[in-house]
Amino acid sequence: MTQLIRVEDLRVVAGDPGSEVEIVKGVSFALEKGEVLALIGESGSGKTTIALALLGYARRGCRLSGGVVQVGEHDMLALNEKQLQGLRGNRVSYIAQSAAAAFNPAKKLLDQVVEGPLIHGLGTRAELEAKAIGLFRDLALPNPERIGRRYPHQVSGGQLQRVMAAMALISDPLLVVLDEPTTALDVTTQIDVLRAFKRVVRERGATAVYVSHDLAVVAQMADQIVVLNGGQILEQSATAPLLKAPTHEYTRSLLAAARPDTGIRPPCGVAEEGPLLTITGLTAGYGNKNLHGMPAIRVLEDIDLTVRRGQAIGVIGESGSGKSTLARVVAGLLTPALGGLTFDGQPLGGSLSERTPEQFRRIQMVFQNADTALNPMHSVANILSRPLKMYFGLKGAALQARIGELLDLVRLPRDMAERRPNELSGGQKQRVNLARALAAKPDLILCDEVTSALDTVVGAAILELLRDLRQQLGVSYLFISHDISTVRALCDDIVVMYSGHKVHAGRRESFAEAPYHPYTDLLIHSVPELRQGWLETCGATHGELPPIGERANLPELCTFLNRCPVRVDGLCNRTAPKRRTLDNGSEILCHRDGADLLATQRGVTTTSFGAYA
Amino acid sequence: MNPLIAKSRPASSALALAKVSGNPSWLGLVGATVCVIWLLVALFGPWLAPHPVGEVISDNIFEGFSLAHPFGTDYLGRDMLSRVLVGARFTVGLSLVAALLASTFGTGCALLSVVSPKWLDEIISRIMDAFISIPSKMLALIMVSAFGSSVTLLICTAVISYIPGSFRVARSMAVNIEALEYVQVARTRGEGKLYVACREILPNMLNPVLTDLGLRFGYIVLLLSGMSFLGLGVQPPDADLGSLVRENIGGLNQGAMAIIIPALAIGTLTIGVNLLIDYLSSRRGRRSGGH
Repeated sequence: MTQLIRVEDLRVVAGDPGSEVEIVKGVSFALEKGEVLALIGESGSGKTTIALALLGYARRGCRLSGGVVQVGEHDMLALNEKQLQGLRGNRVSYIAQSAAAAFNPAKKLLDQVVEGPLIHGLGTRAELEAKAIGLFRDLALPNPERIGRRYPHQVSGGQLQRVMAAMALISDPLLVVLDEPTTALDVTTQIDVLRAFKRVVRERGATAVYVSHDLAVVAQMADQIVVLNGGQILEQSATAPLLKAPTHEYTRSLLAAARPDTGIRPPCGVAEEGPLLTITGLTAGYGNKNLHGMPAIRVLEDIDLTVRRGQAIGVIGESGSGKSTLARVVAGLLTPALGGLTFDGQPLGGSLSERTPEQFRRIQMVFQNADTALNPMHSVANILSRPLKMYFGLKGAALQARIGELLDLVRLPRDMAERRPNELSGGQKQRVNLARALAAKPDLILCDEVTSALDTVVGAAILELLRDLRQQLGVSYLFISHDISTVRALCDDIVVMYSGHKVHAGRRESFAEAPYHPYTDLLIHSVPELRQGWLETCGATHGELPPIGERANLPELCTFLNRCPVRVDGLCNRTAPKRRTLDNGSEILCHRDGADLLATQRGVTTTSFGAYA
Repeated sequence: MNPLIAKSRPASSALALAKVSGNPSWLGLVGATVCVIWLLVALFGPWLAPHPVGEVISDNIFEGFSLAHPFGTDYLGRDMLSRVLVGARFTVGLSLVAALLASTFGTGCALLSVVSPKWLDEIISRIMDAFISIPSKMLALIMVSAFGSSVTLLICTAVISYIPGSFRVARSMAVNIEALEYVQVARTRGEGKLYVACREILPNMLNPVLTDLGLRFGYIVLLLSGMSFLGLGVQPPDADLGSLVRENIGGLNQGAMAIIIPALAIGTLTIGVNLLIDYLSSRRGRRSGGH
């Protein structure tokens, strides 16, 4: 028999005996040695539960109630806890979503990597450490000999995720389970981690089960895909046919949702000419202020931005780029150190106490995490009624009618009004979150990563809702996201931020074709595409960066210098870049001109842009 | 909207409901019963007492259980049942008032310091730090020696001793909640400080605050009992449970009921209150999804 992994009619139940709910309903699949199988589905589909069952493990409150899980010669469901302990971290291993939470912050990385195999007696410490260093090298970690001596907080998120992969692979396991290993990473980091994973999995012939909600990522990694929903298999086939010709309706909706900009487009003719919000020369940050009133940590530097009435502006950038801080400044939660805000012709105060009630009403903010954005002690009706009472003085029947209207507007059933936030799903919570902002009849809504915490299908539905609301109500958005395809689905103009600077700004259309700012180029080409082999052919972060000499001690130097593939020695590391306008109307902060950039970017763009066209 | 999403509902709420119904909290019930009994004793004790509190009714001291004196007699031959019934009013009443005052004032200051500007927060916090550095027993001794012992003074002493602790606990929670996004949303909506403090922050920290109140009640019972034990608390012929222990300390070597009964009374009172409060906060917690 060549099948290494065999799962047959696996059933998992949750809850107390007597009132058990089946959360995995008879799942079967098989996997040959050296293959990678992907489990894909939205949250609650049972994908992680199945993955954990492969380790013979059930989360607290759950029970493996039936079926067969065969890994190599081991029948995982028949073994007792002690025998399972002998297999876990030895013959089967697990890579969790959040590496930061999976490492012990008080121990060095190398000690943690070799800890498991030492317990299982797979070798001496010296042998294992040598093997770990070999794995670090294979995973393309910088400075493999020395990185193990660091502590978890001293390496980046992407590196930590790769160290965790080394930890899982060091015992040469029969099976590796990867549970959403790149979901928490920036796209530019994700691509490196995926490459490292893929290389190691191929070279070592490891058999892996890859759990993810992102079809594009899975397309790069997996030989076979299992599509799950509600604890059942909806579709199961090899990767290529599934991507080309999905048979189940749900798979098609997943495919459509994976790249929202292919299906959803911003409405035309909503944006008017007059400026609604103008930001000029904005500098802001956190920490104690110095004598000149400048904060110790500057997060935003000299930002100019205009949002027109009815317009949607997208702000993208990786974590730490200052995009959320920008929203906080506009919302009045952070007072800017320099620069001013103008809202509808009136100056907008930097702090909350300087703003008028009317300005409060007209600018509303929607936060990323609906779990913490809704007060758990208030019911939905309570949450929605507060702005209605406050801004419009609604009472009694009028109030109830308006709450009903708002729920209709965000397409939630009216009987949800009496529920508490913890009784709603993630997408429903985000809709309530949006309804609360709409209750104020605002002119500008600040959306901070509103779809990032949601499943792709649910996120796409929220995007559609946002687009329709804009069409219907003429509201403007400042839409912040790390995902360029989300932004392209909704926004007319796009602003790219990198470590507090606005490096690129232009019309949505100008982001479809080179030239771009080098960072935008990296960002666009780091988004995985829905085709196999993309990971091998994509150009982003390939090759060595051009060498540069020592950088001048100028704070205004280009912030992207350390990662820029087109940097020029003697220019980029000596003088500050200036803003220049490209032929397509977009504005970039770079020493290179449009023709230069086009020459370096054309080679890769023409091949990979088919997916967006 | 996709039909598959429309149908999906979080599985956790069904599980949470099953947990609530399938988990009879008999400990909470015991706590509630004990608390109600002590409250009734505190309210009606003096009328129920068969003998006046100071009257010597027996020639035998440290008498054991008998029908005439169910709790025996004390070191002067007074009826122990009457003395416990009267003493409970002091202990329960004083501690309850003091604990409520300390917790309310501490939590109020905490909320005030979280929503107010940084300088006011600093001032309140430093004053509280100053108070927290004074040992509560020392403070009580100084207060009593300076002003003499009275019921008001005892309450004041207990309140001053326990406000800073309550403030610290409440402030650390309020600071965390204040940073959450729903509070930020309320602030950007232009809500006043009072609304943010009372409607957004307070309901989410009430569980730990209640638990803290229970703990503080226990501490105050012990503080007052300790004071009385030193002879600085409630003055004779009245007695609280602590004084009863002290008075009858001579009966310790005989294992007299007169010392066991008030000691047991203090124990059941503090444990009962804590059981009840744990039960109350876990019930509130479940309603809001374990927050």
